[in-house]
Amino acid sequence: MTQTLDYLKETASQTAGPYVHIGLAPGAAGFDIYREELGWDIAGPNAKGERIRVEGLVIDGTGSPVKDVLLEAWQANADGNHAHPEGGGDVEDGFRGWGRVITDFATGEWGFDTVKPGRCPGRNVGMQAPHINLWIVARGINVGLNTRLYFEDEPEANAADPVLGLIEWERRRATLIAKRTERDGQIVYRFDIRLQGDGETVFFDI
Amino acid sequence: MTSPGEFYQRDRMWHPPAYDKDYKTSVSRSPQYSLISLQNSISEVTGPVFGHNDVDPLDKDLIFNYAKSGESAIGERIILHGRVLDENARPVPNTLVEIWQANAGGRYRHKKDTYLAPIDPNFGGCGRTITDENGYYYFRTVKPGAYPWRNWVNDWRPAHIHVSVFGHAWTQRLITQIYFEGDPLIETCPIVNTIRDKAAIGQLIAALDRNATIPLDSIAYKFDIVLRGRRSTLFENRLEGN
Repeated sequence: MTQTLDYLKETASQTAGPYVHIGLAPGAAGFDIYREELGWDIAGPNAKGERIRVEGLVIDGTGSPVKDVLLEAWQANADGNHAHPEGGGDVEDGFRGWGRVITDFATGEWGFDTVKPGRCPGRNVGMQAPHINLWIVARGINVGLNTRLYFEDEPEANAADPVLGLIEWERRRATLIAKRTERDGQIVYRFDIRLQGDGETVFFDI
Repeated sequence: MTSPGEFYQRDRMWHPPAYDKDYKTSVSRSPQYSLISLQNSISEVTGPVFGHNDVDPLDKDLIFNYAKSGESAIGERIILHGRVLDENARPVPNTLVEIWQANAGGRYRHKKDTYLAPIDPNFGGCGRTITDENGYYYFRTVKPGAYPWRNWVNDWRPAHIHVSVFGHAWTQRLITQIYFEGDPLIETCPIVNTIRDKAAIGQLIAALDRNATIPLDSIAYKFDIVLRGRRSTLFENRLEGN
């Protein structure tokens, strides 16, 4: 016999299920209940930096869009600071850095408006490339999937990024790079997430 | 630049695997490649901050938060309460807890739910609250009913309440489901059984808590939620301890 460690065990995850919207986006489920739903405004009107839109699809192993996904984003402001006591510095009033979006029930498209994040420090040395942390839950996903979105117009920062550098297979790094386009004068980054199979997106255990 | 203290690694043998053929939808929605392990950086040890201003007091009372004036939801009235703790058994204060559930008949207020059990006109099915300084939370609601789902031909979900918790770091983000003590459907549910460890399943079953009932009003269930704990970085030049 050895001594017993007295740590608690983390509560195990379960799928968010097909009706996740009821709890986290009730308007999309079809009813209005809260004074204000949380998560629809990531950066707020006072945020400095380049205004961007990020959008994409989540695609399953058969190549079909997943139409009942809830996706959350977590990012730094344009200075590379996170809105948190350990976030590295101040952020603008109203900048929460966190957002929540759902996929369209008919098309599976999701998207959110934000500002392009700045670089923040890496774990031990160096700076990370601008990135947005994403967390994906849905029916059929037993534990939320973590990934990161990087920007294709940051090739030097991406090349030096310590997290991208950890991915042994260089061709898989490309699954984390959002494509920049412009539409009606707005900057749009396209980021399709492939859950399984050809071009499978890199997911992290963080 | 000192490195942030990391959170304890997630025990992926304790959590359900991504792929489980008996929960059919997971078959095409589970990654085939392994997860890439990351040590926590500032991007992972931080996370959204919520305050009591983000929610209304009535948001945590599902019996009344969608009811017409003078009316209330139909069903077994319950208090659902507990603490949010970390693996070091420390309370997690001021964190957002959100729940959603079917009504007493197992019907969800969702445009995609077509189950023949009726909608309760006085029940929305969602609630949210912020834990207090000791990590406590509570909701009042009605006990949800079981409902059928298209997995195996005759599968029924046990009564359950979905719960979403943030903690204080992106790494702690968690969604799970709360089951109820004594429900015989728990044992045969393919979603419950995506979890391999019986002790891990037991941790998802709320206990009837007679001490917390409100006599002649509501029965009570207790459900504690444990989020990941955090390491003190003994050998990484971090002065603060645990």
